[in-house]
Amino acid sequence: MSTVKTILLAVLLTLSVSVFAAATLEAFKFTSAADEQHFKELIVELRCLVCQNQSLLDSDAELAHDLRVEVYDMLQAGQADTEIIDFLVARYGDFVLYSPPVKPSTYLLWFGPFVLLAVALVLLVFALRRQRHATDQKPITDMDRQQLDRILGKRGNRTDRES
Amino acid sequence: MSRKLRYLVPLAVFLLLAGLLFRGLSLDPKLVPSPLIGKPMPAFTLPRLQDPDATISDADLRGEVFLLNIWATWCTACRAEHDVLLQLARTGKVKLYGLNYQDQRPDAQRWLRQLGNPYVANAFDADGRTGIDWGVYGAPETFVIDRDGIIRHKHIGPLTVEVVNRDILPLIETLKSGRS
Repeated sequence: MSTVKTILLAVLLTLSVSVFAAATLEAFKFTSAADEQHFKELIVELRCLVCQNQSLLDSDAELAHDLRVEVYDMLQAGQADTEIIDFLVARYGDFVLYSPPVKPSTYLLWFGPFVLLAVALVLLVFALRRQRHATDQKPITDMDRQQLDRILGKRGNRTDRES
Repeated sequence: MSRKLRYLVPLAVFLLLAGLLFRGLSLDPKLVPSPLIGKPMPAFTLPRLQDPDATISDADLRGEVFLLNIWATWCTACRAEHDVLLQLARTGKVKLYGLNYQDQRPDAQRWLRQLGNPYVANAFDADGRTGIDWGVYGAPETFVIDRDGIIRHKHIGPLTVEVVNRDILPLIETLKSGRS
């Protein structure tokens, strides 16, 4: 999970940094490249509320700018990522997070697909089992055989003629 | 399950999904529910718009039911709701305070002089930090605060006569009579 996330994040960062971040990050000074990277990794996970499909890293919106300053100041003051995220969630709600937290209201979101998969598997098992029962359980009766012969007889003739 | 009913299952699933998606069509993704509802209003101390030397704080507003309207002169929707605010103020049913958000002081003062001033008082939030504390992400926004200083409702976007009559005034009545 975390490796996938890291790789995904790396890809996203490479893409977004080259295109947008040059413009949005000009104003900020960092003492080290690691600090800058940390800052980017944090704000790329936060959603801008004005242009909702852009992160705080990408967005040119006024509010995104203000929130970048806010996050930057908090980082410079030595606050932990979790504190910064809590600060934003307290004001703007879970909506600012690109990955929603696991809690009762998001259980359906997180676990729904697995529940559906489980249901599908159960139905599949039932269907397969019934099919097997249907094929090998019923002994054929005389009446069945007569009917079968009649049908096959007719069908047989027809196929003979056609082929 | 009978054979006939079984063929209705995909239809039922389809209808359920269609219903869900249809509901989604009428939801506005721009309306993000505020986590501040039911919480005490965020503290602030800001200069007053009309009197830069005096300050106004959350403590000054507390004590009775009031509205806090976030507005700015650069916000066109604020212009649209201004007449509604004037009407609402004229009824005298509720006190209306303003948070002038990321604005220029002379512009905001001229706005009130020219268009009329529905506010009891305005806080001047030049850098928008107080706005962030209130979870503001787009003016205009209007908060309803009860007499204990708890945020009870937030309206995002311009107030209209319809919204005021349907959402705001009934809530104010309820809060004033102390039933909730």
